[in-house]
Amino acid sequence: MAYEIVIGLEIHVELNTRSKMFCGCPVTFGEVPNTAVCPVCLGHPGVLPVVNAQAVEAAALIGLSLNCAIAPNNEFARKNYFYPDMPKDYQISQFDLPIAIGGYLDVGDRGQTRRIGITRVHMEEDTGKLIHKGATGRIHGADRSVVDFNRAGVPLMEIVSEPDMRTATEARAFLVKLRSILLALGVSNCNMEEGSLRCDANVSLREFGDTELGVKTEVKNMNSFKALQRALEYEVERQTSLLTHGERVIQETRHWDDAGGATTSMRSKEEAHDYRYFPDPDLVAIVMDPAEVERLRAGLPELPDARAERLGREFGLSDDDAKILALNKPLGDFLEETVAGGAAAGKAANWLLHELAAELNRTDTEIEDAAFTPRHLIDLLQLIDAGTISGKMAKEIFKTSFATGRLPAAIVKETGNVQITDTDALGKIVDEVLAANPQAIEDLKNGQERAIGFLVGQIMRLTQGKASPDAVNKLIRAKLR
Amino acid sequence: MTVISKKDVEHVALLARLALTDEEKETFTGQLAQILEHAGKIQALDTTAVPPTSHVASLTNVLRPDEIRPCLTSEEALSNAPKQEDGGFAVPKIV
Amino acid sequence: MEFSDYTAHALIEMLDRRDISAVELTKSVFDRIAEVEPDVHAYVTLTEELALAEAAAVDKRRAAGEALGPLAGLPVAVKDNMATKGVLTTCSSRILNNFIPVYNGTAVQKLYDAGIVMTGKTNLDEFAMGSSTETSYFGPTHNPWNIDTVPGGSSGGSAAAVAAGEAVMAVGSDTGGSIRQPASLCGVVGLKPTYGLVSRYGLFAFASSLDQIGPITKDVTDTALLLNVIAGHDERDSTSVPTDIPDYTKALTGDIKGLRVGVVKELMGEGIDVDIKAAVEASVRLLGGLGAEISEVSLPHSEYALSAYYLIAPAEASSNLARYDGVRFGHRTQDEVADMVEMYMKTRAEGFGDEVKRRIMLGTYALSAGYYDAYYGQAQKVRTLIARDFAAAFNQVDIIVSPTSPSVAFKMGAKVADPLQMYLSDVCTIPVNLAGLPGISVPCGLSGGLPIGLQMIGRAFDESTLLRTAHAFELAFGWHEKPNL
Repeated sequence: MAYEIVIGLEIHVELNTRSKMFCGCPVTFGEVPNTAVCPVCLGHPGVLPVVNAQAVEAAALIGLSLNCAIAPNNEFARKNYFYPDMPKDYQISQFDLPIAIGGYLDVGDRGQTRRIGITRVHMEEDTGKLIHKGATGRIHGADRSVVDFNRAGVPLMEIVSEPDMRTATEARAFLVKLRSILLALGVSNCNMEEGSLRCDANVSLREFGDTELGVKTEVKNMNSFKALQRALEYEVERQTSLLTHGERVIQETRHWDDAGGATTSMRSKEEAHDYRYFPDPDLVAIVMDPAEVERLRAGLPELPDARAERLGREFGLSDDDAKILALNKPLGDFLEETVAGGAAAGKAANWLLHELAAELNRTDTEIEDAAFTPRHLIDLLQLIDAGTISGKMAKEIFKTSFATGRLPAAIVKETGNVQITDTDALGKIVDEVLAANPQAIEDLKNGQERAIGFLVGQIMRLTQGKASPDAVNKLIRAKLR
Repeated sequence: MTVISKKDVEHVALLARLALTDEEKETFTGQLAQILEHAGKIQALDTTAVPPTSHVASLTNVLRPDEIRPCLTSEEALSNAPKQEDGGFAVPKIV
Repeated sequence: MEFSDYTAHALIEMLDRRDISAVELTKSVFDRIAEVEPDVHAYVTLTEELALAEAAAVDKRRAAGEALGPLAGLPVAVKDNMATKGVLTTCSSRILNNFIPVYNGTAVQKLYDAGIVMTGKTNLDEFAMGSSTETSYFGPTHNPWNIDTVPGGSSGGSAAAVAAGEAVMAVGSDTGGSIRQPASLCGVVGLKPTYGLVSRYGLFAFASSLDQIGPITKDVTDTALLLNVIAGHDERDSTSVPTDIPDYTKALTGDIKGLRVGVVKELMGEGIDVDIKAAVEASVRLLGGLGAEISEVSLPHSEYALSAYYLIAPAEASSNLARYDGVRFGHRTQDEVADMVEMYMKTRAEGFGDEVKRRIMLGTYALSAGYYDAYYGQAQKVRTLIARDFAAAFNQVDIIVSPTSPSVAFKMGAKVADPLQMYLSDVCTIPVNLAGLPGISVPCGLSGGLPIGLQMIGRAFDESTLLRTAHAFELAFGWHEKPNL
């Protein structure tokens, strides 16, 4: 029996503000434990929170970019539960009055674009980090833990989708798109490995045509796009198997083990959650002035959909290429900078999406960290356009440039590895080759066009690849006419 | 109104992370029932048209600029720690 | 008469004239402490060494002609629920019996900046939950007027210290009457300012929407002096209101002609001791004699105030006190524990006393799924009704009066076993906290040798009118009684 897959995502995004959500400690990563803390984010007795204005603006921008309504009146509530990484043993969050509600995101996956609802966006504070001590290094099997509160109080935005996704790949595409929007807004580093972008998924199955939702499981600990897709595919298969064998899905939280490729139950003796939300009496309501909301809306940067449309229109790129470049902000930025420097958009895009993408992937490098910059690509394309180097030579020079950060022109100058376009010099070589290969000339005259390839190849061999294939081709035909 | 039972008291004690002896459970059950009965008086009031007051201060939008302030040193942060290890607060195993 | 018996404003003049040095004054207060503290037990921690060093520093600055703060050299006691950097701060709880704050609360910092000499940290009902200062982990405080009776609470240590001459002034905190009721029972003046006037930063929260720091002093002028120092906006407290702070001592003109004073009908009936009722009625006549127009006002929902309070305050407390978990500071169980949950449960069971546990349980229950609307939600609505009652009354009058406490100081142990009876001690003061208004208690008589307090309530942020009225009453009444210790 085939079931309809129902997936909803809950995404947590750490903002890249300078200071924390409710105190002036810096937002850092990888610092010495418990050095980016103060009495407020340590939850010392007597301290009080004060809201970071920049975080509220970022939250509103996220809401607007996800087509949400910005609540004219929103407030903070306390979510009460005990956990050692939670300094106050309650989390300041938003409950019934979040900052943004009721938006959507259009997500394209496998040639189909569907509208996925956004339930809400709300502000909260991050927890500290637990380091588990013991054989496993994981929470299970640890004999004690150590808490570092540097992360405690970092502004955290929770984005909740409607259960509108129907495949694992669609959920992945949703997250890719969401990340591209957050990066376009510049509000977060969105680094999944470092945890500045975290995604939990609610997964359930139901018979096609059912309107009621089936029993769901909440899957956690997916630290990459690929992990999200694999975890969802695993979970769908697990639930399908349960249902087809007449068993029931148990509502629970499940942990994705990326190495093991499976989800496991996180059941503990913890009682059923009762968070006892109530309005935080230490904080006052945030009233969003409609004029301020409109000012923020007007100031929204170009978002991926608009960028894809513009890249297609201005640069004449294919829809697919434009979308890829728009969804990957650094790649899109790279292209625009290269074009601004005088390069032809089509050629530049081609290099970006193929040669550069492959090399980044092969060396596991982020484009922002690469030594090969738009200036390098402009330089390389100029060398090709001027006929100084051939396309084939360019690929070799690119690899050197990528690895060393040296400009292609400098590499060419040093190696002297330029294309021979001089007709006199080439003519001599062509004459030699023609004289040595009468049979090929005969074949060519008889209409066997591939013979010219043989001749060009011979010339390239003699010139160690430096001859311009174009020029050689023309010369051969001219001489045989 | 619901009368609080010993089972309720046990549930609440777990939520509040308070270990209670059997005797304490009995005592609290009785006392909480008495207090709740008194407090329950307010349920007689018709408040359908009354908005709740969670703040008397009629302030809104109290925000601070996104600026960094000095932090504690790790020694200060840990100065009251009941148990520490590797510059962090050590706690027993969680599960 | 010892120096410690003088008011702060008298001592400020003496210090200015150099009739006395800050060191002499401080020593005199500590002599008094040595004499009576064994009977009174007003303090959890005494900071004599620090105090003498501070006093010496003040004297040195004065000798050098340097500018001094308005309270320079005055020995002031601080309730032990306010963060004092480097000085043990316990909230009178075992769970904080080793806690040394790493920062100063805003009010404390302002007091230091004004030049006070801190005598020590005063005793309170554990986490300020109580009306008798009997629930302190460090033992009860006794009423200086009769050491067999309670000083009231929760700021019983601060009120007793001022009454017994163990401090010239003190600060306390008031969530449901915790400044005014002990001030009443100890025959001193206690002011709970308007919610938002004094920063709560550094006050160990009991019920955040109700807590307010305020002065406990020998007279109204001292209260104005102390309020001048601690009032004012604080960017660290989001509920602190940006408002201009006048010089409150300037309001003390002695003139209340034409002021409209209303007596709360509902707080003069059942449950109020006869002597107290009589003293309040006499006080009202005295106010009338000073030219005030007297009338009766009604706070029809005041009978629900206690119920609403005993849902709201414990609910907020249950959350505020969650942080006492043995992870970052304070007591942690020494028992072997299997896991984190057991560590929490044992630590908190060992660290908190019965009253604190009771209120945490009550608050947790009131917020828990299925009960929120019936209890906490409904209490917040009742709070609106009570605030409206006051707003309506203040359309008719400028100052509202009532007894501060329904009874004078009661025998120690008398109400310990009956929480509800204890809670009723705050029946007159609680509505004021729910509405966030300023309220003051001034002595207005004795009953059986124990002081009676008159509560006056003002409009929000109109401490000036409130202090003017209290001061005029104080002058006319001529309270000069002292405990015989």
